[in-house]
Amino acid sequence: MTVLLSVSQLHKSYGGVRATDDLNLDVQTGELHAVIGPNGAGKTTLISQLSGNVFPDSGTISFDGNDITHMMEHARPHLGIARTYQITSLINSMSVIGNLQLAIQAKQGHSFKFWKPYADNKDVRTAAYDCAARVDLGSRAEIQVANLSHGEQRRLEVAMALASDARLLLLDEPLAGLGPEEASDMISLLETLKGQQTIVLIEHDMDAVFTLADRISVMVYGHIIATGYPDHIRQNQDVQHAYLGED
Amino acid sequence: MQKKVFVQGLILAAVLILPLLLNYMGHPFYLDLATRLCILAIAAVGLNLILGYGGMISFGHAAYLGLGAYAVGIPAHHWLYGGMDVIATTNGFVQFGLALLVSGIFALLTGLICLKVKGVYFIMITMAFAQMVYYLFISIAEYGGDDGLVIDTRSEFPLVNFDNSTQLFTICAVSLFFVMWLVWRISKSQFGMVLAGIKGNEQRMIAMGYNTFVYKLAAYVISGMICGFSGALLGNFTTFISPEMIDWARSGELMFMVILGGVATTFGPILGAITFIILEEVLSTITIYWHLPFGLLLIGVVMFVKGGLSALIPKVGDKE
Repeated sequence: MTVLLSVSQLHKSYGGVRATDDLNLDVQTGELHAVIGPNGAGKTTLISQLSGNVFPDSGTISFDGNDITHMMEHARPHLGIARTYQITSLINSMSVIGNLQLAIQAKQGHSFKFWKPYADNKDVRTAAYDCAARVDLGSRAEIQVANLSHGEQRRLEVAMALASDARLLLLDEPLAGLGPEEASDMISLLETLKGQQTIVLIEHDMDAVFTLADRISVMVYGHIIATGYPDHIRQNQDVQHAYLGED
Repeated sequence: MQKKVFVQGLILAAVLILPLLLNYMGHPFYLDLATRLCILAIAAVGLNLILGYGGMISFGHAAYLGLGAYAVGIPAHHWLYGGMDVIATTNGFVQFGLALLVSGIFALLTGLICLKVKGVYFIMITMAFAQMVYYLFISIAEYGGDDGLVIDTRSEFPLVNFDNSTQLFTICAVSLFFVMWLVWRISKSQFGMVLAGIKGNEQRMIAMGYNTFVYKLAAYVISGMICGFSGALLGNFTTFISPEMIDWARSGELMFMVILGGVATTFGPILGAITFIILEEVLSTITIYWHLPFGLLLIGVVMFVKGGLSALIPKVGDKE
């Protein structure tokens, strides 16, 4: 196994709050690596630093051997990094297909194409429909995003990251706010992705995490206190004390 | 949908044919009015590209009208009175080329700064840059300063004569249709979709891998150049240009047209310009306080007509 993403000695403070505190993390190619931790542990801040939305105060992030610590956010997807948001962030004024087309096109070079009608782009359109079908939104493809249900929006949120054919997916609580049935749909979707793409998964749903994850890292106060296989994490004293409680 | 296209076609035909007809029947006043309408509509179409399609609310687009007009006036001034031999000319191609170049460069340079900020700050900075141009022209005594500059000789082109009001009107109307078509094509292109995506959710577009800044800048420059072109026509039409046409109130009027007509629509800006010109003409004969009912109308449309006046067109057409 090779390491795809490597984070070392990452620090990020907001005022007196250390959101990321000497964080070290290695994600291997092809694994589904879950990051768990109590609320406020700094999980989303970590994702934001990995995706380039927030820059760390110190430390390094390397992806596939390249130092990307200071790389601009819009440049990272072109290396093969895609993220989703904990709070759904889509282009609400457009259709499902419109959103996916933009996501697919983002990686096909520049979009300084002023003349050719957008609708003529058959290949991208077909790819967008395929992508919608993957997350079971095929029949909802022409619907405006604002009119989708929450569960459908969450699925599109993941599909946007899939559309870019990324090598590394950063999924920030894909199950957030989903009902039991929608959640199990999402879990099956994530299961199909497993092994195809490297995934960093942040999630609060412990059943989902222990079902899906190849390895788990536990984050407390911006620091990763343990990394290991699900069975080891379950039995780890520190983890139980800090996070899982006494069950 | 068919009816909508039909009604829009009817309005465009009316804008083109009615003034020519009235002029032929001995009412040249309406030709003048329509010429001004077409010129302002071109600027509104240009502004709509960034305000409507791009969600960037520029409060300084009158600056481009001014730059375009002075790009005609200054070469004509030197041609007559000497000095600045490099640009002294009445050649229309040079003057219009200069208008596009100067407005494009001004948009590029100011855009690099304006587009670093968003929302209210963007509005304020665009306005500040426009005011800088305003005070620049006030301070240049050579070009009349506060008093303005008379263009003695209009732009000269082969085949068409700008001194002929019918020909000038036809050029302006055709230019308007061309610019509307241009912006419509852009809005339907891949670039247009990216622009719409940025308007909808810029953060997501960045996360997808779009360098949104350069796309916004490109739209900003195109928009500025369209308004610069409109300014060059305006200079030829009025033959008198002054810093007053760059005043922030003029920028506000352009915004008024776009918002009243319907943002991010092909037809909205021209509809807004028609309404603006007609109301200005009608109301100002009734009262010198014509801005008041004007303002009330804008409030009414913004509050009660979603999508501006152009959204009313299919409804008008559907009534049968």
